[in-house]
Amino acid sequence: MAERAVQIGQRAISWVAACFVAALTLVPLGAVFWSADSIAGVLTRDWGTVRFTVFQAFLSALISVLLAVPVAKALARRRFFGRKLLITLLGAPFILPVIVAVVGLLAVFGRSGIVNQLLGVFGAEPISIYGLKGVVLAHVFFNLPLATRMILQGWQAIPGERFRLAATLGMTPWQVSRTLEWPMLRSLVPGAAMVIFVLCLSSFAVALTLGGGPRATTIELAIYQSFRLDFDLGRAAMLSMVQLVLAGGAAAVALALAAPAGFGAGLDRVVRRFEAERGAVRVLDGVVLVAAAGFLLLPLGMIVLSGIAGLGRVPDVVYEAALVSLGIALVSTALTVGLALALARQGEVWGYLGLAISPMVIGTGAFLILNPVIDPRLVALPVTATVNALMALPFAVRILAPEMRAIEAEYGRLADSLGLFGWARMRWLILPRLRKSLGFAAGLAAALSMGDLGVVALFAAPDWATLPLQMYRLMGAYQMQAAAGAGLILLCLSLVLFWIFDRGGRVDVDA
Amino acid sequence: MRHLAFAAGVLAATSAVAETPILTVYTYDSFVADWGPGPAVEKAFEEGCGCDLQFVSAGDGAALLARLKLEGARTQADVVLGLDTNLTAAAAATGLFAEHGKTPVVDVPNPFGEAGAWTDTHFLPYDWGYFAFVHDKEKLPNPPKSFEELAKSDVSIVIQDPRSSTPGLGLLLWVKTVHGDKAGEVWSALADNIVTVTPGWSEAYGLFLEGEADMVLSYTTSPAYHRIAESDDGKAFAPFGRHYMQIEVAGKVAGTDQPELADKFLDFMLTDAFQSVIPTTNWMYPAMTPEAGLPEKFGSPLDPALALLAPAGEVGALRKQALDEWLSALSK
Repeated sequence: MAERAVQIGQRAISWVAACFVAALTLVPLGAVFWSADSIAGVLTRDWGTVRFTVFQAFLSALISVLLAVPVAKALARRRFFGRKLLITLLGAPFILPVIVAVVGLLAVFGRSGIVNQLLGVFGAEPISIYGLKGVVLAHVFFNLPLATRMILQGWQAIPGERFRLAATLGMTPWQVSRTLEWPMLRSLVPGAAMVIFVLCLSSFAVALTLGGGPRATTIELAIYQSFRLDFDLGRAAMLSMVQLVLAGGAAAVALALAAPAGFGAGLDRVVRRFEAERGAVRVLDGVVLVAAAGFLLLPLGMIVLSGIAGLGRVPDVVYEAALVSLGIALVSTALTVGLALALARQGEVWGYLGLAISPMVIGTGAFLILNPVIDPRLVALPVTATVNALMALPFAVRILAPEMRAIEAEYGRLADSLGLFGWARMRWLILPRLRKSLGFAAGLAAALSMGDLGVVALFAAPDWATLPLQMYRLMGAYQMQAAAGAGLILLCLSLVLFWIFDRGGRVDVDA
Repeated sequence: MRHLAFAAGVLAATSAVAETPILTVYTYDSFVADWGPGPAVEKAFEEGCGCDLQFVSAGDGAALLARLKLEGARTQADVVLGLDTNLTAAAAATGLFAEHGKTPVVDVPNPFGEAGAWTDTHFLPYDWGYFAFVHDKEKLPNPPKSFEELAKSDVSIVIQDPRSSTPGLGLLLWVKTVHGDKAGEVWSALADNIVTVTPGWSEAYGLFLEGEADMVLSYTTSPAYHRIAESDDGKAFAPFGRHYMQIEVAGKVAGTDQPELADKFLDFMLTDAFQSVIPTTNWMYPAMTPEAGLPEKFGSPLDPALALLAPAGEVGALRKQALDEWLSALSK
């Protein structure tokens, strides 16, 4: 009886969290609907937009995970100096505000960027970064690191004992791939691809800046236009529904494709990969790592270079804004981790809602609800922190849920027999084993919140600007160099926050 | 929720005790920034009004109107500052704005009648400028002189999306008012000159400075920023004959609880104290030339005869048609 009561208690927590997330996302959507004037003709008018949105998101997700698999594999089986630093730095593109990242990409791939200058030296035709290829390139730049980290976690979750056994049996790298790595990939890759697909669905600034023109219109831009230009709330709400359905479809496909890996319990030893200790495989991994590092770190280096030049011009308000952003990021991270822990065991799907609904719609809906009750300026910061938490929640849930299931599958019965339930189970069984993923998830949440331009613009408390908002203000006043300096501060703060959480999760752990 | 409402009540009560009336002005982001006109305007106005002037920022001009429509009659705003003449008809149609009842003589070109006359009954201008393509004098010594020349050349440009930004909308109306029914053809011819289309002005200008395009859609006053703030004389705008204008305006909210203060602010807006900070903070022409004149190196405006503007009442219909032409020309 006691056991049953405890299980009901855990289920109740999950339900409360699910209802909380659903209320935070669906109620604002409803509020927008409620204020809508007309909902006709949206799909026929925007068919081209929907098609482009899905196509670029599909390509971006596919290429990101295809490239991430060899990178994660190389990172999983190689030990080298600076590996930990490289893994942290690889996370940087994902957490950058779009405009900062785009500037970095342009410095490398743009018209007067490094690549075209090199091509010019050899007399080759310059390449253009604009159009579909530019959009996909930027999305891969943003999401390859995310995919790599998610898949790398999978590799590290395979018990070292399996690889030792494989070596004892004299397996070749190919056989190890088939028997050990393929099942892990099957369980992880669809989920990672789904997250990236959904993320790219709501792409706005990337698609617009690098898309080259109205051919590259995404649903999110159409939502933006409906709000800002036409003030057609009905169309905005309908377009959000389309986005929600597409994201839901992607999630359903991913869940159907993902098969549980089921490796059984291991003893968490450091993984030594006997089958990969030969020359050709070493060279291959080296090439993969150098290529990935070059692709991801070169644009970052350019951001740092231009940022240092502008650092002296950064006005003091930017530092105040940095403090505001830090505060929001910490609150938002706590909220994300709490919700993700509650949802990771049950109701995982609710965690993805924040990804599927446009922040513009959530922000506007929240505004419609709160405005009659309270001056929006008073709640600008809490609302921003909450919406940021909702946006980070899908990643946190995606990272924690498979781990949580694996822990329950492998140690659940042991814990049951020991009578470990509720908080005790959380403290003694789950949290210690979840620590690495938890640190990673918290780091992501914090860094994402730092870089988010977000709904604060809609609620606008003028004395409490966030760092990205302050950066845009600098750009709007022609002060591009100072803005580059602010961008560098943002990059550094995001990386440090990410590093502290991620590192905190891995203290005393060899990996 | 109850204690949030309580907190709001406490705050309201505190300000009531202090008995300092608050004038709330909604405006766009770059106006309130520390380096924008906001701080100087606030200081100068508060010296004489015995009130607390509070700016609330919300994106750009289009976002301001959207924000006001969202809030409707419940809005806290007393004055809205930062709409432009492409938005005034839609703004007046909401019924949320009061008539100002003033007949100022302003230094804003008037393509529709007597010079200096201001006929809009709901909104008053505070600054204005011309849209123009800005280029680097050294890299592009001989810029094209019209949209046709631009289309025939291989000069590359960055523009803003008319669906998400006011400069983008300005360009759309510029091409439309110059070329009328041929606007669609002009856009088709321009398609291969357009490197990319950005969500807003900041991204486009950033791309131009990074060397991604030869020219960028901005204002005739943009080179003045580089001359004055950066001592860089290398930027210029390309004269295209007639240039489309942007006139930035402010209006009093009909439901304001501070009607007298709001009127006082609108009057203040056209005085020297306000107008003299405009050129080098907002980088636009002031609506009333300050006594001291424009700053040295700012450059005088184009001949008013070259000013181009769509009548406020026709912008709505014109925009829809021009947007369709733009979309179909550039989607091929």
